[in-house]
Amino acid sequence: MTSTDWDPSKPILEIENLSISFFTRLREIPAVMDFSCTVMPGEAMGLVGESGCGKSTVALAVMRDLGKNGRIVGGKIKFKGRDLTTMSEEELRHIRGSEIAMIYQEPMASLNPAMKIGAQLAEVPMIHQGMSKHDAWELARQIVADVRLPDPDRIINAYPHQLSGGQQQRIVIAMALMSKPALLILDEPTTALDVTVEAGIVDLVKDLGHKYGTSMLFISHNLGLVMDVCDRLCVMYSGEAVETGNVVQVFDKMRHPYTQALFRSIPLPGADKNSRPLVAIPGNFPLPHERPQGCNFGPRCDYFQQGRCNAADIPMDTVPEGDRHQTRCLKWAEIDWDAPLKARVTKEKAKIGKVVLKMEDLRKYYSVSGSAFGGGMKKVVKANETLSFEAHEGETLAIVGESGCGKSTFAKVLMGLETATSGSIMLFDENVESTPITKRNVDTVSSVQMVFQNPFDTLNPSMTVGRQIIRALEIFKQGKSDEERHARMLELLDLVKLPRAFAERMPRQLSGGQKQRVGIARAFAGGAKVVVADEPVSALDVSVQAAVTDLLMDIQRENGTTLLFISHDLSIVRYLSDRVMVMYLGHVVEMGTTDQVFQPPYHPYTEALLSAVPIADTKVERKRIVLEGDIPSAVNPPPGCPFQTRCRWKSQVPGGLCDREMPPVQVLEGGHQIKCHLSADILARMEPVIKIAAE
Amino acid sequence: MLMFILRRLGVMMLTAFALTFIVFSLTNLQPNLEKLAKSEASVRMTDDQVVSWIANNGFDTPMISRYGQWLGVVPGWVKTMEDGEVRGRCIEKGADPAAAPVRCGLLQGDWGVSTVFKKPVSQILGRSLGQTGWLMLAVMLVMVPTALILGVLSGMREGSRTDRVLSTGAIITTATPEYVSGVIFIALFASATVGVSPLLVHLGLLGSPDALFGARKTLFMGTATSAMDHITFWNFALPVMTIALYGIGYIARMTRASMTEVMTAQYIRTARLKGVSFRQVVMKHALRNALIAPFTVIMLQFPWLLNGVVIVETLFNYKGFGWTLVQAATNNDIEMLLGCSVVAVFVVLVTQLISDVGYVFLNPRIRLA
Amino acid sequence: MDTLSWFQIIAAMAGRFLPVWVALVVTYTLSITFKRRLGLYGKLFDSPVGMIGFGVVMFWVFTAIFANWIITMDPLAQFSGSKNAVPGSALKAPDEGAYGYLLLGADHVARDVFSRMVMGSRVVLQIAPAATVFAFMVGITLGLPAGYFGGKLDTGLSFLANLVLAFPVILLFYLLVTPEIVKTGIPTWFAAILFVFPIVFFVILFNSRFFTNPAKRNLYVGAVLVIGIWAYSGLAFNLDPLGIWSMDPNLLNVFVSVVFVNSPGVFRIVRGMVMDIKTRDYVAAGQTRGEGPWYIMLWEILPNARGPLIVDFCLRIGYTTILLGTLGFFGLGVSPESPDWGSTIDDGRKLLSMVPHPALAPALALMSLVLGLNLLADGLREESLKD
Repeated sequence: MTSTDWDPSKPILEIENLSISFFTRLREIPAVMDFSCTVMPGEAMGLVGESGCGKSTVALAVMRDLGKNGRIVGGKIKFKGRDLTTMSEEELRHIRGSEIAMIYQEPMASLNPAMKIGAQLAEVPMIHQGMSKHDAWELARQIVADVRLPDPDRIINAYPHQLSGGQQQRIVIAMALMSKPALLILDEPTTALDVTVEAGIVDLVKDLGHKYGTSMLFISHNLGLVMDVCDRLCVMYSGEAVETGNVVQVFDKMRHPYTQALFRSIPLPGADKNSRPLVAIPGNFPLPHERPQGCNFGPRCDYFQQGRCNAADIPMDTVPEGDRHQTRCLKWAEIDWDAPLKARVTKEKAKIGKVVLKMEDLRKYYSVSGSAFGGGMKKVVKANETLSFEAHEGETLAIVGESGCGKSTFAKVLMGLETATSGSIMLFDENVESTPITKRNVDTVSSVQMVFQNPFDTLNPSMTVGRQIIRALEIFKQGKSDEERHARMLELLDLVKLPRAFAERMPRQLSGGQKQRVGIARAFAGGAKVVVADEPVSALDVSVQAAVTDLLMDIQRENGTTLLFISHDLSIVRYLSDRVMVMYLGHVVEMGTTDQVFQPPYHPYTEALLSAVPIADTKVERKRIVLEGDIPSAVNPPPGCPFQTRCRWKSQVPGGLCDREMPPVQVLEGGHQIKCHLSADILARMEPVIKIAAE
Repeated sequence: MLMFILRRLGVMMLTAFALTFIVFSLTNLQPNLEKLAKSEASVRMTDDQVVSWIANNGFDTPMISRYGQWLGVVPGWVKTMEDGEVRGRCIEKGADPAAAPVRCGLLQGDWGVSTVFKKPVSQILGRSLGQTGWLMLAVMLVMVPTALILGVLSGMREGSRTDRVLSTGAIITTATPEYVSGVIFIALFASATVGVSPLLVHLGLLGSPDALFGARKTLFMGTATSAMDHITFWNFALPVMTIALYGIGYIARMTRASMTEVMTAQYIRTARLKGVSFRQVVMKHALRNALIAPFTVIMLQFPWLLNGVVIVETLFNYKGFGWTLVQAATNNDIEMLLGCSVVAVFVVLVTQLISDVGYVFLNPRIRLA
Repeated sequence: MDTLSWFQIIAAMAGRFLPVWVALVVTYTLSITFKRRLGLYGKLFDSPVGMIGFGVVMFWVFTAIFANWIITMDPLAQFSGSKNAVPGSALKAPDEGAYGYLLLGADHVARDVFSRMVMGSRVVLQIAPAATVFAFMVGITLGLPAGYFGGKLDTGLSFLANLVLAFPVILLFYLLVTPEIVKTGIPTWFAAILFVFPIVFFVILFNSRFFTNPAKRNLYVGAVLVIGIWAYSGLAFNLDPLGIWSMDPNLLNVFVSVVFVNSPGVFRIVRGMVMDIKTRDYVAAGQTRGEGPWYIMLWEILPNARGPLIVDFCLRIGYTTILLGTLGFFGLGVSPESPDWGSTIDDGRKLLSMVPHPALAPALALMSLVLGLNLLADGLREESLKD
């Protein structure tokens, strides 16, 4: 099938001036314009950008799978020298899966729920190489072992839902590798996974890429991940490639204002909410049919020059001294790229006051039925175990952990949506442990409020923004008349820096970041003293994240609010929190000030978590610690220490103590708590995971 | 799994008792009994006579006790008349009261005697169910494959011309209840004055012994009475099509919805981008997932099919279960109506059970969870 | 006078429907002009399927409204010598100034088929939408708490709903819609229970929203109670002192049965939607604000379930129309004289293979109305998904 005359020193994939549009009943919506990139054999190319920038559309165009409404309106996609855009459906079918394979974001959704894993894997060589069923299954078994899954014989006979998310993603990777493709397209392959699982997948992809010599097109919104995996990258903004080059060059010597703004808005080590705050990109991402004339980034750019940047379409320009480094900026040669950020506002540190919230020995158990049919034994899920901590006025306490660690349950108990099984919650010297929210008085309710994770879910879609804030005011008994409440609502909109005209809008007319701001305004309607923010920015694009985080910090500073910041993202936690609490399977495994937690000694889990978070900084050196396996289920936790199944330090504890006994809480210097059996001297010998190379 | 089936069975039994009790109470209301008295004994009875007739025939005990007797868990009533005759639920006229069984009800296989047909209910039910069985079999054979094929074809490529034509067809048939489609079919195909039959007679294809379609005056027969003895295409096609038509539209729409949903699923894209041909994508990857939902729908169609059966058997004068039910209901034949209700409730509940259990079996996600 | 040709019949009928055409043209002109300001209703005019469906439905609605002007004869009058007359027949002895043709012929007792069909639309469109509204009130009022609270309440209510759904409809009708039942007074008690739901629904609706503002709350709840109890006493017990609200006992029986059969279906849909929507963050936000459960159910959840409920409402009116037809077809409940479509089909079917037109006209009318409703539902579904 493959063209034998293809020269391996030539690019494997060449995209030239590709333009893609989607056609709706009303109009043509250009999704990608004038996009070019080249992938050499064995090279890993990263496509980076915020949601809606067209990076996934490029990938689907390479697969020629744009759906009914999408069409390639210009340019060429050459794969091994042959133009994919003009190929027939039949020719494409021979290339798909055998020469180009794709890996998607949602592993569960990409596997057929009614087919065994083996059958889904074996199908590929059976179609493309005409392999016999027996040989194909044998190969499937081998590849399953290759992607480091335990017990391949069991797995190839399993159905997808019997595997965990991380295992499913490994199967999807195995499927892509079944016929040793020349090009692998990965579309946000780890976004749906936990960080420690993600680290394992990333390692696997890198190793397999080297082993099979596969070229990769790696699509991600995460700059750190791209740095880990790719050799070269291409930054996209609003349907265009704005900068392309090799990873180190683009990271260290970016030549496009958007790339620069992007790096300034992500929390890298060294950023600090008070002394070195993040710089959000002003304005909003343009909608595809509302793109500006000339440079798409123009309206948000610091270096914008009227009459020049918005005059005509801007071509890609080559940066001379770079390695195939190109930028779509007219002024790149004039800008002083090393100039320090002007007018960097340093903010005063908020004062930390008295204790407002104190939890002691909090436990929350759920009983769930044993099987899907409602029968069987009742099982107990221990969502929270002996949770104790206190939070002060004006303080940010971060609660960190991966899925299933019990952080959301904890929030529910605190809010009064669930009642605790035992223990006490003292809120301003009042015990609210067993008081459900319906029994709490208005003052208590209005002083503890929550900001939710999903911006698309946090507002009622069929009520205007103003109405929703006014309702909160009514319930919290704020204002004496409707007029007063209306005025207060407008003030709240000012507080979260939204135009007052938004009061009359419906939530669907708002962007994700704007919705999240309304959610914050609503939470502060009753003058909240304690705000639980459950991953408030994790669903937002990086450039918007910075703005929303800063908003939260500003309001906190003004009101002396206690912020409980629940997150899995350690970068942002390091940036904004005063103290950190790390949770694993319902237990607090480590707690201390931000500095204590991010410096050795660590709890082994914190150590692994720190090492797993990708950091988009070429000067940072990370020690790679990849955890084996998945997070155990809370229904069936391991005996002894909850982390013992994945701990790399386990052998250092004598007598198999980890298997038998729950570790005690060791209180180290400065009130730093670690729940671990490791002896003090071993803890003291731990090395830091992250080192910042001297500049 | 076993627990699940047992629990379902338990709920089903509870439902069955509740339903039969409701039916029993509604058929044994006082006005019904008075009407029964007048029709059984004499139309010109005085009110006092009616009361004593009701008492003498054991209808004066509390409803719950009569329900128990009818089920066969409570001993049947026994009464000594003023003339010394011993009468009872289980005592046949003229038979020795001592030799009669204590209980006689559903559980003992005694379903009572029909007042309209003057025969044991079980005998009539057996015969009419047999007739209806043939009808249902034919309906199922026509309906299920047609509906599934049409649904899959139109859901396979959403928005295509085939899809639009088939979907429109399905909407039209679901808007056509049996009594409408039956009337239209008869007018079109079984009327000597309008429709296709006069045309065929005119062309010489019908109406004479040597004609292509036979010597009849109409292409199809407007009644299915003759089908009770001998089923032919010409006397059976119209009733079968009438029942099947509504179901075809309904199931096809469900199948289409399920199929379109599956076809947009991520794993179908995965399969397509593995290089699987469209045919194989549909056959191997989409079909099984897409047929889980329609299976439940087909099973839950039974209460509605029963409706269709009643209408069609009345319209085409086919003396099956539906016809019997109508006769029993319109003639205040209490025992017969109860018998019919038991069968109907049983059929509905069993199909529900099959649907529940089958869904679990078809769906590996639930089965092995 | 001669018998009219088919062309003449169609022209004459189109002429009789003139008020309907005028009303349709006005409706469409206004709607299309202002469609961008009319929300979901306006968007209906973007979908050809929805427009056709809406047109058919509105055709019958306007026919029912203007029926008195459209009919050519008294629908109950019998015209001697015209028994089973074919469509377009001239009357043997027309009265002075009266219409001279039986446009769609006459039935077996020599009544005008066309006029009966037109009048029949009035009967159907009086009962079907109203019964569906009541079924929705019952289904929503019970489905919301069942889905929201779950647990024992849900188990109990779902069991009851499944009980009713397990009844073959026809059997239920034969048991419920009989003269004997009317004698026992059971329908009145049914009505007494079912008709309470709308009052309960609106009282809770306003109370949960305005309890923070007692003046407003008292106004709204008071108004609901006054109007509700007034209508309730009239409809359920025929005790309205002013005599405005009342219902014929037979009609009440039919109405109550249809509501009873439809409610469990609505209950199931509402319950399913609530179980889905209650996991959303805005519901949690309401809870963390300390909102009462009924506020969350009625003001946070219900408005967001409206799309599928509106679609089901249209489908269910169609289904109710079919049920009413079924009742008429078996001669249950309504008076034998009634021109409703089901009864007319039943009347016509005895001579079906000889004289099909008396049964065909109402059959096609019923089918077109249900088809219109189904198309309308499809159009609405399509447009509401586009949001």
